[in-house]
Amino acid sequence: MSTVSAVEIRGLTKRFGDVAAVDAVTLDIRAGEFFSLLGPSGCGKTTLLRMIGGFELPTAGSIRIHGEDVTRTAPYGRPVNMVFQHYALFPHLSVGENVAFGMRYHGVPRGDEPRRVAAALALVQLTGYESRRPDQLSGGQRQRVALARALALEPEVLLLDEPLGALDQKLRKEVQVQLKQLQRSLGITFVFVTHDQEEALTMSDRIAVMNRGRVEQLDEAARVFERPATEFVATFMGASNFFDVFVRGGDAASVSIELPGGAAARLPREGREWNAGERLRFVVRPEKLDLRTHDLSTRGVPSVPVTVEDRVYQGVGTVWLVRGPGGEAFSVYEQNERPDEGARFAAGARAFLCFRTRDAILLSTAGDR
Amino acid sequence: MRGRGGLLGAYAALVYLFLYAPIAILVVFSFNRARQTAVWEGGTTEWYRSLAKNDLILAALKNSLIVGGVATLIATVLGTLVALALGRHTFRGEGFTRQLLYLPVIIPEIVLGAALVTFFGALAFRLSLLTVVIAHVVFCVSYVAIVVRARLAGFDRSLEEAALDLGARPAQTFFRVTLPLLAPGIVAGALLSFTISIDDYVITSFVAGVGSTTLPLQIYSMLKVGVTPEVNAVSTLILAVTVVLIAVAQRLQRRPAEREETS
Repeated sequence: MSTVSAVEIRGLTKRFGDVAAVDAVTLDIRAGEFFSLLGPSGCGKTTLLRMIGGFELPTAGSIRIHGEDVTRTAPYGRPVNMVFQHYALFPHLSVGENVAFGMRYHGVPRGDEPRRVAAALALVQLTGYESRRPDQLSGGQRQRVALARALALEPEVLLLDEPLGALDQKLRKEVQVQLKQLQRSLGITFVFVTHDQEEALTMSDRIAVMNRGRVEQLDEAARVFERPATEFVATFMGASNFFDVFVRGGDAASVSIELPGGAAARLPREGREWNAGERLRFVVRPEKLDLRTHDLSTRGVPSVPVTVEDRVYQGVGTVWLVRGPGGEAFSVYEQNERPDEGARFAAGARAFLCFRTRDAILLSTAGDR
Repeated sequence: MRGRGGLLGAYAALVYLFLYAPIAILVVFSFNRARQTAVWEGGTTEWYRSLAKNDLILAALKNSLIVGGVATLIATVLGTLVALALGRHTFRGEGFTRQLLYLPVIIPEIVLGAALVTFFGALAFRLSLLTVVIAHVVFCVSYVAIVVRARLAGFDRSLEEAALDLGARPAQTFFRVTLPLLAPGIVAGALLSFTISIDDYVITSFVAGVGSTTLPLQIYSMLKVGVTPEVNAVSTLILAVTVVLIAVAQRLQRRPAEREETS
């Protein structure tokens, strides 16, 4: 993958009245990568995408696409195309006419249009659908026509605004894989907006997690999942077990802490400074926690005494809901390997939460960024 | 339950009878052979044939068609533009303009008629077919704008964004996407406007000059002499045209909603 920037965003801000929907965002999207803007609704991801597409004018900041400043360029002057959330297929035109719509503005000779339309439809496995009307298509087919219409113009960057939101779960999974394969084989930069962390993880090379108009973390997909940088990202990626502890001391490589319940543990320092007496917060993903009947502290495994409150059977796995000594809520995810495993603990039983120190993710709190 | 249903049915039947019996009688008697009496003396299409030879009625019909056609054309263009301005842009006095739009629809026709004739008088405008056209444009604009605005309210803006995204400029987007999608609403507005123009009596009676008698005015003047089968015949024809146009207009207005339901 080249490291040339397809899209350079510098200090981009969009205010609607007093609210900053996008707040001084700076980021680079590399040429040829599958880039996702991930976040809850209202985090500014769609507004950011719409500014790249030219549908919203930024209040401040700049956008460059392949080096060219397009901050104030109209949508029809940008080398990008968009797949809209509800596809925005023209209902009065056939599938073929939809796909051909923009070709005359991109210097495609009229005689070449049918061939180019057929090629674009072949790309999305809709060969022969030219004369259908959009209202005769299923949701999945419409989504593919929208994709073909945008790809037919051979954009340098393709923008996708939650294009799978209207599809059912099963179809969605299939399309995710197809979309990723298509992106790889075409080598076009994809900028994908979604609120679904699993979807973003499945497809993206890199993910920018957004919250309240700002980018909380921009990283490789796996890093965002494994090493969330902030509490927000951790929670959004499904890591919900937070431990608030006191720092006792430490050395160059690790910090020693006191766990809830009094046991001591040493966590990797990850290059950050912590002083004795400071508070520290870390998170462990539910599947990285282990629920045991015995305290493993003596064997060097961090253990926290807990009380089992409830059990949620999920078929493939079981989620244990437990409470720590200070009333903290934790959830532990366990694969169901044996049929009787779900019944290991009764409600009210005492148990120990164990984890490996390398699975503890030290968080920066909002103050120290 | 059944008893109440029966009672309700009977009541409904009476209401419809009250509403439509006079119209039915008018239609039936337009085919009555007798010239004067309200007694059925056998069917004939004689009155329809004599209509075609009645120069007064033909002249009035011509005036009505000219007024209806020209007023509808102007009102459709203006009304569509008003609807687009109100639906698409925010500007100073927008709320006021929107209220103003409904005025010709709600104020009593007699007031509008009196106002127009005063207005033309003040401008020393001679009453003619032109003043009738202007008066009809005044109220037709509102109907067109209201119908087109309704269509515009259900319009998915992302369709226009998609066109811009695909490289079309704003004017090209308007003619290739916006206008074709608004067309059913515009045509419905035009049909409604034509129907209302053809039927109008009160306002027209104020602003019509010599030689600009329209069909409703002509019918009324014929009635002063007495109800003739010819009046019945011409009324039946107007009724038929009106019903067809309204039915078409309603169909055009309904279609987008139905299509969205299935999509």
